[in-house]
Amino acid sequence: MQKLGEFKLPHFFNYPPYFTLQPVRDTREKQVQLWKELIIEYCRAQKVFIIGLEEDFPLFSNRAIERSLSHEARVAFLSALVSDGRAEWTDKGHKKCLILWHRIQEWADLIVHFVKENGLEDNVTTVEEIRSGTESRGTELYGIDRSVLMRALKLLEHKGKLVIFKGASTDDEGVKFSL
Amino acid sequence: MAAGNYLPTAELTASGRPVLYPGEIESSLLSSVDLLSEENPNFPHLKSGLLILTNHRLLWLPNSTPVSSPTPVHIPLSAVSHIFSLKKSIKSVFSTPRIRFQVSVTSEGRVDEKGLRSIVIALVLRGKSDPEAFLGKFWEALKVRAWEEIKVGASGAEAGSSSGSRSGEGSLALRMPVVGVAGILRKEQEMWESTDKSLQDAFQDLNALMSKAKEMVMLAEKMRLKLLAGSNNQATGAAEDELGTKEEMQDWLLSVGIASPVTKESAGALYHQQLSRQLADFVRIPLERAGGTINLIDVYCLFNRARGTELISPDDLLQACSLWEKFDVPVMLRKFDSGVMVIQNKAHSDDEVFARIRSLVTKPDALQSGVSASDAAMTLGVAPAMAKEYLLTAEGKGLLCRDISPDGFRFYINLFQDINSDDVYLVRDYSIYAAWISTNSISR
Repeated sequence: MQKLGEFKLPHFFNYPPYFTLQPVRDTREKQVQLWKELIIEYCRAQKVFIIGLEEDFPLFSNRAIERSLSHEARVAFLSALVSDGRAEWTDKGHKKCLILWHRIQEWADLIVHFVKENGLEDNVTTVEEIRSGTESRGTELYGIDRSVLMRALKLLEHKGKLVIFKGASTDDEGVKFSL
Repeated sequence: MAAGNYLPTAELTASGRPVLYPGEIESSLLSSVDLLSEENPNFPHLKSGLLILTNHRLLWLPNSTPVSSPTPVHIPLSAVSHIFSLKKSIKSVFSTPRIRFQVSVTSEGRVDEKGLRSIVIALVLRGKSDPEAFLGKFWEALKVRAWEEIKVGASGAEAGSSSGSRSGEGSLALRMPVVGVAGILRKEQEMWESTDKSLQDAFQDLNALMSKAKEMVMLAEKMRLKLLAGSNNQATGAAEDELGTKEEMQDWLLSVGIASPVTKESAGALYHQQLSRQLADFVRIPLERAGGTINLIDVYCLFNRARGTELISPDDLLQACSLWEKFDVPVMLRKFDSGVMVIQNKAHSDDEVFARIRSLVTKPDALQSGVSASDAAMTLGVAPAMAKEYLLTAEGKGLLCRDISPDGFRFYINLFQDINSDDVYLVRDYSIYAAWISTNSISR
């Protein structure tokens, strides 16, 4: 079986029709479903947050069979993810897509779990530390996209679980938890 | 009814068209015609059939084909000894027109050119017709005596078909008129030279008509538009009166020589019915050669080429094909989703074609690199364009998937249905998916 990086690709990744947008409705539904899942799982495994439609996203091409998804197909599959609430377009031109293999709520839950695990309930920490500090290594939070993290934090702030405030340096914010 | 004792039988094709002799050309068709002998009650009284005048014979065909209908018969023109002119009287204006002519019969009463006795036969023209015009053609056909010319081609009548007199022209398998310009010119010359009073009269009428032609065309066009507007406005509950007027108008237009515009609702103008049967006969051989499915455009070209001069329009062809539903012919018109129209044998089965496609796409080569329309064409024995239509139809049914790439447009067996979306790594043993995987892993 083929691999993309460390990610194990399913057999149908070598099936040429997989890379052609199918016109027949039932076939198309199945195809879309398979692509949605593949995209989510790949992004989760490789920690990819943003897919640029005009860039070379490795999942969208298969050198071995010399096929790659047309622009129309890429838009179709990503739009399907957006409709499911598992992705968002970051721009009006639909050139970049944010993939939420965890929904914002799920990220928030992970943050809460992280805070409890590391006894940070009454502590103050920075946003940067949450995403790249020593405690976060090995957790899903490590390397999280900054904007996604901010949204999750804001969600928690809205629920009164924490407070975000401007930190010492101009571009890093601090977080005080009050779980 | 022992019509066979009095009148020789006329042979028909499988689609109900008369089998014509070499050089025999039709010149007039009339519907709803009775054939009888007023003086001999034993002579068969044939009712409401189709009368066809050719340059060799008069044919009478029954109108429908139930088992009990009378057999088709003919009267060779060589047996006709005299044609009576139409009686014009006050009475004749209101009654059904009759055409009477004298034929030679044997002592048993059977129509035969060598017969020594004679009887008078009457044709009762119950359908819409122009008796004068028919009489003119009848006279003409009798005068020319085309059946006496051996194989060298026959003269045409005013029906518009012409033939060449050069035997070297070669005849088409259909016995269609052969085109020879010299022949046409010679015949025209002869026609002008041998003036007959009735012919002179006919031409005078024609001149008068020509001068009115422009008015007629304009009037007919107005009628046609009115009819069409009427048919568009027609909801399911149309008034009886309106329908009656419409039919009258259609008949009127037909008698003026303009085909009915409301084609779907009318029973089909006589011209189209005959054309339809002729087409069904013609198309059988090309259909066999093409593997059972032939593109309508190809039929249009083949048919017109065979006809030579009496070319039909694409619209005529389409109408002729759509009339097949009403007759019992072994062919049918089929429209694919893509809009492509083909003619197929009625016996044709899509399921059988799909079964063959399925076995084609599950072969190891096809599992690996799919099939193109040309590949399928070779296996199915049809033209590549037809094969593509079948592949697209199979795709629509979920049997195949498409693969579009710089290599071209190819089809694979549909594996998507074999893939389990809950576990995308799962492969069922002995499934097509498993077969595909093993075929592909060998090469990679």
